[in-house]
Amino acid sequence: MQDLDIAIVGAGGAGLTSAIYTGRARRRTAVFERLMTGGQIATTDIVENYPGFPQGVNGFDLAQLMLQQAEKFGAQVVYEGVESLERTSDDRFVIHTAVETYRARAVIVTAGADYAKLGVPGEAELVGRGVSYCGTCDGAFFQGQEVAVIGGGDSALDEGLFVTRFASKVHVIHRRDQLRASALLRDRAFANPRMDFTWNTVVERIDGSSQVERIQLRNTVTGEASSMAISGVFVFIGQVPNSHILKGLVELDGGGHALVDQGMRTAIPGLFVAGDVRTGAARQLVSACGDGATAAISAEHYLAERWPGGE
Amino acid sequence: MSSPREVTDATFESDVVGSDLPVLVDFWAPWCGPCRMVAPLVDELSDEYAGKVNFFKMNTDENPAVPSKFGIRSIPTLLIFKGGELQGSIVGFRPKSELKKRLEEALV
Ligand SMILES: Cc1cc2nc3c(=O)[nH]c(=O)nc-3n(C[C@H](O)[C@H](O)[C@H](O)COP(=O)(O)OP(=O)(O)OC[C@H]3O[C@@H](n4cnc5c(N)ncnc54)[C@H](O)[C@@H]3O)c2cc1C
Repeated sequence: MQDLDIAIVGAGGAGLTSAIYTGRARRRTAVFERLMTGGQIATTDIVENYPGFPQGVNGFDLAQLMLQQAEKFGAQVVYEGVESLERTSDDRFVIHTAVETYRARAVIVTAGADYAKLGVPGEAELVGRGVSYCGTCDGAFFQGQEVAVIGGGDSALDEGLFVTRFASKVHVIHRRDQLRASALLRDRAFANPRMDFTWNTVVERIDGSSQVERIQLRNTVTGEASSMAISGVFVFIGQVPNSHILKGLVELDGGGHALVDQGMRTAIPGLFVAGDVRTGAARQLVSACGDGATAAISAEHYLAERWPGGE
Repeated sequence: MSSPREVTDATFESDVVGSDLPVLVDFWAPWCGPCRMVAPLVDELSDEYAGKVNFFKMNTDENPAVPSKFGIRSIPTLLIFKGGELQGSIVGFRPKSELKKRLEEALV
């Protein structure tokens, strides 16, 4: 069993920032990642609001720089998903991955969030065949075609605007009659001749034999059913926090986000939660990174207090 | 270190369909972040399976025909062929252990 000072669960912006701090404090640090370094930001085309990059920065490139910085200070990224977490009577944590078991004195959970699915017939069957959760990844395959974007928040508009570079028409389908997105994105979207809006409407089914061909819609006010011929469906209806490993350990809010104090501490000493998986997160890269720094500093204080002599 | 060779719309028939060995084709584009994460994993696999499987990569920006023939709507996509027939597909970034498992499954 490998012994660590600090185990970090998730190599997104929050986790990599924690690792920069704990690595730099010479704590033996491992960052566990089930999929891809960078988390959500790794598939983002241009991040325009991360300080220090006035021209914007590609999300994947930025994530790679964060990874380099964490590794430079000695943190190790372990490409294994964490399946469960327990606290032992000697104030340590046991971390189970599919491959191995690790032991750590403190744990920072920065597992972020995954996109929410529509949960309608046809969706799962047609993923990668017209159903997508990433406009910047898949938009280019819809050159000259009509697509739908489901949702009315920042991600929906941001990704929808990106897809207009390729698609002839982007139909934004939103269940309310106004957008949640920021004014800047709203203005850009309304001004774009390739963007079209369908209000008070939900998707009931996605049809297509081997590719998406049409979607079945319902108006939430009139109850009227309709259908739209399109070749792509981009879904941006929010997020589900990756908090299942915290269930039973710490208190979660109604949406499944972990409750923490201002220092990113949970009710369990030595267990910290930071970034999009915590309650009240601003869901921005810079705030996730800020959370990661706060959690790392709290963890450092905790270790120094609990094990003052080091052992 | 062996690494995947480039295949194009023009050479797909001879390189992939006509191959004696099973073939894995990595569909990618320069703007695709997850593709850049998959590439080193495919490089490693091409080393481990040298002599058993031929590895190719196809730039979907420069080669529209083959991706549209196979209905590719998302990259990275890895397609596995045996005897010219499609045996399996992997869409999106997956960890290496899973790529290997799926490749093994397609080879039997
Ligand atoms: C399309 C899109 C565009 C965005 N654009 C912007 C923008 O322009 N500016 C901005 O500031 N923010 C943007 N955001 C939001 C920003 O990306 C997130 O707020 C931020 O990335 C959250 O970071 P995080 O580290 O908390 O979580 P995540 O980025 O979600 O990272 C969590 C990581 O943990 C891993 N993980 C989860 N569970 C486990 C487990 N059990 N074991 C191991 N690993 C696990 C995941 O695979 C993931 O890599 C955007 C988000 C999206 C989806």
